[in-house]
Amino acid sequence: MAGAGLVTTVATPAAASTDHLPNNDQFGMLYDATKCVGCKACMAACKRVNARPGGLAFEQARFDEDGLWDAPEDLDGNTRTLIKLYKDAKGWSYVKYSCMHCQKPSCVSVCPVSAMTKDPKTGIVDYSKDTCIGCRYCQVACPFNIPKFQWDRTIPQIVKCDLCRNTNLKEKGKPACAETCPAGAILFGRREDLLAEARSRLKQYPKRYVAHIYGEHEMGGTNHLYLAAMPFERLGLPTLKSEAPASFSERIQHTIYKGFIAPVALYASLCCIALRNLKKTVPRPEAELERTQPKEI
Amino acid sequence: MMGLPLGMHGRVAAAAQSSARPPVIWLHFQECTGCSESLLRSSHPSVSSLILDLISLDYHETLMAGAGAQAEQSLHESMARNRGKYLLVVEGAIPKGQNGIFCKVGGKTAVDLLQEVAPGAAAVLCIGTCSSFGGIQSVGVNPTGAVGVRELVTDKPIVNIPGCPPSPYNFLSTVLYYLTFKRLPELDALGRPKFAYGRKIHEHCERRPHFDAGRFAQAYGDAGHAQGYCLYKLGCKGPATYANCSVQRFNDAGVWPVSIGHPCIGCTEPEILFKLPIAEKVQIHDPTPFDSYAPANLKEKGKGPDPLTTGVVGLAAGAVIGAGIMMAKKLPDSIPTQKAEPHRHEPTK
Repeated sequence: MAGAGLVTTVATPAAASTDHLPNNDQFGMLYDATKCVGCKACMAACKRVNARPGGLAFEQARFDEDGLWDAPEDLDGNTRTLIKLYKDAKGWSYVKYSCMHCQKPSCVSVCPVSAMTKDPKTGIVDYSKDTCIGCRYCQVACPFNIPKFQWDRTIPQIVKCDLCRNTNLKEKGKPACAETCPAGAILFGRREDLLAEARSRLKQYPKRYVAHIYGEHEMGGTNHLYLAAMPFERLGLPTLKSEAPASFSERIQHTIYKGFIAPVALYASLCCIALRNLKKTVPRPEAELERTQPKEI
Repeated sequence: MMGLPLGMHGRVAAAAQSSARPPVIWLHFQECTGCSESLLRSSHPSVSSLILDLISLDYHETLMAGAGAQAEQSLHESMARNRGKYLLVVEGAIPKGQNGIFCKVGGKTAVDLLQEVAPGAAAVLCIGTCSSFGGIQSVGVNPTGAVGVRELVTDKPIVNIPGCPPSPYNFLSTVLYYLTFKRLPELDALGRPKFAYGRKIHEHCERRPHFDAGRFAQAYGDAGHAQGYCLYKLGCKGPATYANCSVQRFNDAGVWPVSIGHPCIGCTEPEILFKLPIAEKVQIHDPTPFDSYAPANLKEKGKGPDPLTTGVVGLAAGAVIGAGIMMAKKLPDSIPTQKAEPHRHEPTK
């Protein structure tokens, strides 16, 4: 795939985040919950591939005395992707959790030190452990509850999917989960192609799916897209507006600080007030006394 | 079976039918002939078709028609005629202790025989765990100083086909691979062909779903054992043993130890066979997900604080702030120090 070449060439953080419109050339994944068989091969592959560079470890469950299984209950400091199950009287569905790689990611917007970055070309939302100061704003900001903190480590990191940017994507042109999936439930590719594929599936099998591509518009669009047979809310994917919160907050911030006019004006006026008050008290006899004192000591 | 794409079968068949049969010399040392017995039970190709059509088996102590001087002559003639071309198959470990007196064939020690035959071989195939890694006689105090071929022969390509006994098809496939491509298959770190020893038994075990779901036989003959549950807790070494037994099976009847209720003893692994007790559990180093799913529902938010609690806390906070203000008012206007004095009358606005 061309992915490997593209990834290696671009490494600059999202500088042009203002010209935000869905950039459909970026990489993404399409997860089709109706195709998923719940085998968890993606989970195993993710951990196998990212164990060392990603600092992922196995999650031992309480009931598991012999350490036989990797049993994460949710995304956590050791788990970047996870298959969950929704079940009620009417039906059931698997659902895969991993980073949505938003077009306008909140985690990147809130990060005070730019440890979270969005690659403008590949669209990968990545994390730099060397820059991170551990404030965990990204955790609070993410509407999908994706970034996880390694609470149990002395030198913790934020853990989230980076589309295997430094591992499988580099080596084989595909993230490990998409490469491994035996059911074809995880497609990796350009967002445009994935959207076209999702639309054609909706058209071809209208009865199988809920007529909605989750991630097409949510949060200003995400690069990880979902198709499912039941309302996405039930699968733990929240109903979100199409405007990214990050766009909204950045608009406010960027308006206030545009050209740095408002802060300069504010401090200039404060300065004027201070100076005016200062003039009234300048001829002070005590002041001269103070100036001479140090010499005597 | 050989890890080749389906399209290659024509080439393999052509190689198998060609008249150029590579000469094979088969040496037996410290062994039980179980590996040869295993080979005799193969059916596709059968051992007769192997030794009559595929290879020219010039010397094999169990299978050759000749005996004594006649057999020795066949060995030496083949070695001289096919120098650098014959395949040497070794079955059994080689005792090095006390000048190798523990195993002699035709008056020569195993070490001498190997040193005599190996230099002229194109490659050495070690069939069974004994010739591959030393086997049972090399375990513990190792009174005979038994070693595998790789300890003695270092200048020849060696393929280890361990197992106790190995599946005959792993051996036959290696030979066929050699016939087809005129080179040896890809090997792992222990010299085993990857097409047969590339994955763990555990990965393709028919009892694997029971493992994933935590259903184990706890004792031989218990209800779980009768139900065909996973044998891990009886000491199955499948999660640490690289071999294709769970796929290839044995005796052309689809059976293998685990299918009849006995845990794998790890016979293809030099560090497991006869070194770990059969009943001992192995540590699993790369765990796989447990067979259950976390519920996907959005987590319900907590109820939040009670209005009464909020009120009480608010009142308390207000009281504290009020008390603070009152206290601040009662503070003396200035602290009588030299520096604070001149600033006292400074206008605040």
